[in-house]
Amino acid sequence: MDVLKKVPVAEQDAKERATNFKEVCLGYTKEEAMEEAARCINCKNAQCMKGCPVSINIPGFIEQVKLGNFEKAYEIISQSSALPAVCGRVCPQESQCEGKCIRGIKGEPISIGKLERFVADWARENGITPKVTAEKKGKKVAVIGSGPAGLTCAGDLAKMGYDVTIFEALHEAGGVLVYGIPEFRLPKDAVVKKEIENVKALGVKIETNCVVGKSVTIDELMKNEGFEAVFIGSGAGLPKFMGIPGEQANGVFSANEYLTRSNLMKAFNENSDTPIMRGKKVAVVGGGNVAMDAARTALRLGAEVHIVYRRSEEELPARVEEVHHAKEEGIIFDLLTNPVEILEDENNWVKGIKCIKMELGEPDASGRRSPIAIEGSEFVIDVDTVIMSLGTSPNPLISSTTDGLEINKRRCIIADEEHGKTTKDGVFAGGDAVTGAATVILAMGAGKTAAKGIDEYLSQK
Amino acid sequence: MYKILKAEELTTNIYLMVVEAKRIAASCLPGQFVIVRTSEDSERIPLTICDYDREAGTITIVFQTVGASTLKMSGLKAGDSFHDFVGPLGCPSELTKENIDDLKKKHILFVAGGVGTAPVYPQVKWLHENGVAADVIVGSKTKDLLILEHEMEAVAGNLYITTDDGSYGRSGMVTQTIKDLVSEGKQYDVCIAIGPMIMMKFVCKMTEELNIPTIVSLNPIMVDGTGMCGACRVTVGGEVKFACVDGPEFDGHKVNFDEAMKRQQIYKTAEGRAFLAAKEGDTHHGGCGNCN
Repeated sequence: MDVLKKVPVAEQDAKERATNFKEVCLGYTKEEAMEEAARCINCKNAQCMKGCPVSINIPGFIEQVKLGNFEKAYEIISQSSALPAVCGRVCPQESQCEGKCIRGIKGEPISIGKLERFVADWARENGITPKVTAEKKGKKVAVIGSGPAGLTCAGDLAKMGYDVTIFEALHEAGGVLVYGIPEFRLPKDAVVKKEIENVKALGVKIETNCVVGKSVTIDELMKNEGFEAVFIGSGAGLPKFMGIPGEQANGVFSANEYLTRSNLMKAFNENSDTPIMRGKKVAVVGGGNVAMDAARTALRLGAEVHIVYRRSEEELPARVEEVHHAKEEGIIFDLLTNPVEILEDENNWVKGIKCIKMELGEPDASGRRSPIAIEGSEFVIDVDTVIMSLGTSPNPLISSTTDGLEINKRRCIIADEEHGKTTKDGVFAGGDAVTGAATVILAMGAGKTAAKGIDEYLSQK
Repeated sequence: MYKILKAEELTTNIYLMVVEAKRIAASCLPGQFVIVRTSEDSERIPLTICDYDREAGTITIVFQTVGASTLKMSGLKAGDSFHDFVGPLGCPSELTKENIDDLKKKHILFVAGGVGTAPVYPQVKWLHENGVAADVIVGSKTKDLLILEHEMEAVAGNLYITTDDGSYGRSGMVTQTIKDLVSEGKQYDVCIAIGPMIMMKFVCKMTEELNIPTIVSLNPIMVDGTGMCGACRVTVGGEVKFACVDGPEFDGHKVNFDEAMKRQQIYKTAEGRAFLAAKEGDTHHGGCGNCN
């Protein structure tokens, strides 16, 4: 074993996986996991823990993996994280725990993410589930949204003994875990459903098909249904369009629509009742993780796919691993390119996307270099489908139907970082609904923080 | 949950169901809709609420079999349950926000086309319950395809039925009836038209000439119905709106109907059209632009 290099993890071959929706990464075997765990120095002042938004005792669980005590490793992770099988798969470890790993200074960091995934998968395969030990407090808390923030907050509150009900607008729980992230990165039946079952095993109730703000309001939940505190984890589901000509043509979709059809409604499967456009040449506008997800989904549905992004590779916000996988699978990257118009035929169908070449100027407010159009450099990419993946913002439904809940200019709910408290008494919030679109793990961190905040608040009542 | 208490075939390919849905029945208003799924792997489809009973906690929906999903739905019987049933979605009808005394002074005309009679009914009923009488034109292809006649009669101020083939009531399309009523001296302050897009388009053309402000209820393709995907986007007055959260009602004179009708076609395949033609046979209405 070369102590400076990660034990490589098995992945589906790029050419083959570009034609199926099975998971790309196959995970470590028991032997590989123990070998990788042995690389960990078990630092006294672990930097990796500081990089983890939910502060998992990383050296602790890795030590147990090294010794082959996988159940103990799972217990350690479960103390801090409700969804380890999810995080092990989708966290941007390179900028969090692994980014701070001391081993990573001279060599490659420990594969913390893959080890977390291994432990979580092992626990699931061996029927190990988390347990509630606290006494019931007899107080009800409502959680709005069953995405990572809501599931984590609900799980933590249930572990403290609270009576929790999650209200979910869609017909299936999971939020982005089911509608946003594709099957080939995060299997729904094999992984997500089981993680959600674990949360329910703690006593959490989930009421689907309930749109808070329409089917019932927060005030009604608190005044008429006995909920003493509420956590809003409603996410950032509002899609953004460019506003360029031709955007209403047949064949132009928001990434949200495309992915919801494929992931939640399983339209990737030809036998599904829900249709999805199976374009032959697809342009995905955007460079984040969602753009990669949409692009890799379109590829698997048989298309030639172009990522159209206005800055260069360095500025791509997507995870390095996702960009790498996308390239391996054959996705074409049209960088420093920005759409100006979508061309349609006489029947309103997309027939091409007119773009302009860009160059990078001075950094803008986000710190990234500003893209500037190069005059006269317009050209057309022949496509029949365009997927706009420009980011999302919070749906105003809850803020507009709840008195006293303040939002900022970007329609994000205002909540304090320390406790998740909003401007409305008894109402807390976290995740994308507060920060704008971010990551699963940050949402989970916010869910944890709010659970503590709610516990403090209810203990004082 | 979502148990079907009553399932009835109103006429060829048009069904009515009464479903248990307490939260929706408690909070819905005319103009709003629900999204339903028949089984675990069904499509999500939007349907306007035709009626609601707050005490009984039930919602009534009326739908036409237009494809595979609605065909599956039509097989459900009393005692079966919908797998998913969510609402109330969309904005309530503009009328529900107005002052009742102001409404009583207005001359309101409803124009319902085919299965559009179902979403028109709750609005007329709501007005009636608030002491406001409206004129209602109901257009149907032929007598046998007329639905909710007695229910509408009970709540409309004046009911004018017209059939394409003249087999019942007046003869001709709804636009002809509007023209006739106006030439007979009727004056209207507002018109609400609901039916196939092509019908709403032509009603709006007529009411624009007659200077009658018109509200339509759009039925674009939808997936989530809560504003997260943009599948239902329509151009109204040059601006892009989401029918599920900004609508489904819009100023009919500002709606880009041609674009909306084309967008409705996106998933119609040659196979699908053949299936519909075979299934509907003689009862196929035609003219809505949905299959060709």
